[in-house]
Amino acid sequence: MRRPNFLYMILALGFAFLYVPILLLVIYSFNASRLVTLWGGFSTQWYASLLGNQQLLSAAWLSLQIAALSATGATVLGTMAGMVMARFGRFRGRAIVGALVTAPLVMPEVITGLSLLLLFVSLEDLIGWPEGRGMTTITLAHVTFTMAFVAVIVQSRMASLDESIEEAAMDLGARPAKVFFVITLPIIAPAVVSGWLLAFTLSLDDVVISNFVSGPGATPLPIEIFSSIRLGVTPEINALATIIVGLVSAGILAAGLWSARQERQRRRDEQLARQGAGELMPISSPPQDAPPH
Amino acid sequence: MVQPIRKTTLDPWQDPKEEPYVRIEKVTKKFGDFVAVDDVSLNIYRKEFFSLLGGSGSGKTTLLRMLAGFETPTEGRIFIDGVDMTGVPPYARPVNMMFQSYALFPHMSVEQNVAFGLKQDHVPKDETRRRVAEVLDLVQLGPFAKRRPHQLSGGQRQRVALARSLVKRPKLLLLDEPLSALDKRLRERTAFELVNIQEQVGVTFVMVTHDQEEAMTMSSRIAVMNTGWIAQVGTPAQVYEYPGSRFVAGFIGDVNLFEGIVVEEEPDHILVRSDEVACDLYISHGAVVPRGAKVAVAIRPEKMSVSKEGAAGPGTRNAVVGTVREIAYLGQFSTYLVALDTGKTVRVTMPNTNRAAEMPITWEDRVVVSWRPLAGVVLTQ
Ligand SMILES: Nc1ncnc2c1ncn2[C@@H]1O[C@H](COP(=O)(O)OP(=O)(O)OP(=O)(O)O)[C@@H](O)[C@H]1O
Ligand SMILES: [Mg+2]
Repeated sequence: MRRPNFLYMILALGFAFLYVPILLLVIYSFNASRLVTLWGGFSTQWYASLLGNQQLLSAAWLSLQIAALSATGATVLGTMAGMVMARFGRFRGRAIVGALVTAPLVMPEVITGLSLLLLFVSLEDLIGWPEGRGMTTITLAHVTFTMAFVAVIVQSRMASLDESIEEAAMDLGARPAKVFFVITLPIIAPAVVSGWLLAFTLSLDDVVISNFVSGPGATPLPIEIFSSIRLGVTPEINALATIIVGLVSAGILAAGLWSARQERQRRRDEQLARQGAGELMPISSPPQDAPPH
Repeated sequence: MVQPIRKTTLDPWQDPKEEPYVRIEKVTKKFGDFVAVDDVSLNIYRKEFFSLLGGSGSGKTTLLRMLAGFETPTEGRIFIDGVDMTGVPPYARPVNMMFQSYALFPHMSVEQNVAFGLKQDHVPKDETRRRVAEVLDLVQLGPFAKRRPHQLSGGQRQRVALARSLVKRPKLLLLDEPLSALDKRLRERTAFELVNIQEQVGVTFVMVTHDQEEAMTMSSRIAVMNTGWIAQVGTPAQVYEYPGSRFVAGFIGDVNLFEGIVVEEEPDHILVRSDEVACDLYISHGAVVPRGAKVAVAIRPEKMSVSKEGAAGPGTRNAVVGTVREIAYLGQFSTYLVALDTGKTVRVTMPNTNRAAEMPITWEDRVVVSWRPLAGVVLTQ
């Protein structure tokens, strides 16, 4: 079939729309000029000066730590919430519990941030913890608002998981905890991992909530960038952004390669099985054009 | 009637000394106000192939799930091998279940699926490998050991599920509609395999099915269920030849039912008078029903015969005249729908011993429908 040029054009436009801004940012990170909008020749000086910019680097490090910690916390709590919503069947107040778990998805961040700030302040007054605002409070706040996303992802995966699979495991002698770790968790793992990644990303670029609950000692990257932009964008930020884009692309590429390898391995197994079975049992489709499942 | 697959005959339920292996005592299960299983009592013996047969929603799956421990009875108790199962969780019961949906573990290979149960019992590695290979051979899936469930056909998956529930050598195996997803040919072959396996390993099977033919051919005994209660328990021949109620008679096979009143009651026969037939129904085996009782007489289509009027005139007993309305030619048999002069339509099945071309009876022929004194069964319920 001949694809009309028109379709190619639309495809190109779509990609351009998505990636030209990022491409510009990468190009300008190699700009020799201090003025962001003026090309002054190729240079890597901003990468060098980025290494010397302690403030920016520590902000980035702090953000990564917070994102990893809060994503992990949110994944544990969100997975539990998702499982309860999918598996507990009917209980009194189920609708309310469901609504409460998913409310943060639609709650304006300003409100979430403000209420968390109030909570932390009164908690400090009452029990002396958390002391001041900083990494702890930001992490807790991020767990709170990203948990809902994980819960929703896990719940929808659990809803499509045949409950009798878990019953079968129990019937074969596995206790409930074992069933969870050996059967349920591996099956829903992709959903849990995407939940973690989503929570990580949400935490990494959150500005509004962080602004409420961060303290003088702890400024995460988005806030740092935000406040430094007020003094004019420095190409150092472009350099940092390029590094982050590079890391993310590498991560996506690695994941892609890994799953492609899994697929190849699986197809090899299948072919072996078919050859072994060739004589015993006719199989509907010939091995060479076995479709990937 | 279909031929039974089973070769050996074994009837421990007739032996008063035999202890039942599974004892279900007055079990009731309610979901809210809805009664799914209603006061069911059953005894199932060692090495039986016991079938629960009933229509959709009659509570078969619910009863099976109570045996496996996934549901708790609202009332009553279940004993397995003499042990009260109340409060015993599924993983501690000497029972394995084969699920209607197969419930294979999608992230494990066939081999790992089958080995899962043994792993939970900490069976040594060598023995696990040997037993898995053995049971995979039994269901002819050896070459598929390394595959994932999604790479198998429906019938192969079904056999993996069977292998997985057999490998632990449970004392009691529960099968929930094990053949429902298979096509006719595979279904017959697998039914055969199941009975063979059951005779080979000597496990007690309890099978749920809504297919009466399946239940008839495979089972040692059948419990017919109707909206939560057990209508009758017996061997396939018993429930077919001597249905205990109108429901059972109608549920298993085809039947002609004549409503009437007992007019004669002697030790060696009963006479029933019915408005639906022009003659009295003479039944030459005793039944304990008083004179004047309202009963139904059930007669299977293959126990009646049709012949042209004149060859044998209508009698006062067990022979009536009617008009042939429809003939279905089925190869071995033909089924005749005969409208009696009383308005009642009866169904008669006759073997085609003569060539179809010589078939003497055609549409709109006046015929005599007759049956032998032993053919009828008196139903009071
Ligand atoms: N968890 C439940 N909650 C409420 N009602 C239930 C539940 N499980 C079963 N029921 C009801 O109990 C009745 C019996 O269900 P069951 O699954 O035992 O039927 P079945 O005989 O297996 O039918 P089928 O042949 O269609 O599988 C049905 O009316 C069903 O709606
Ligand atoms: Mg069912």
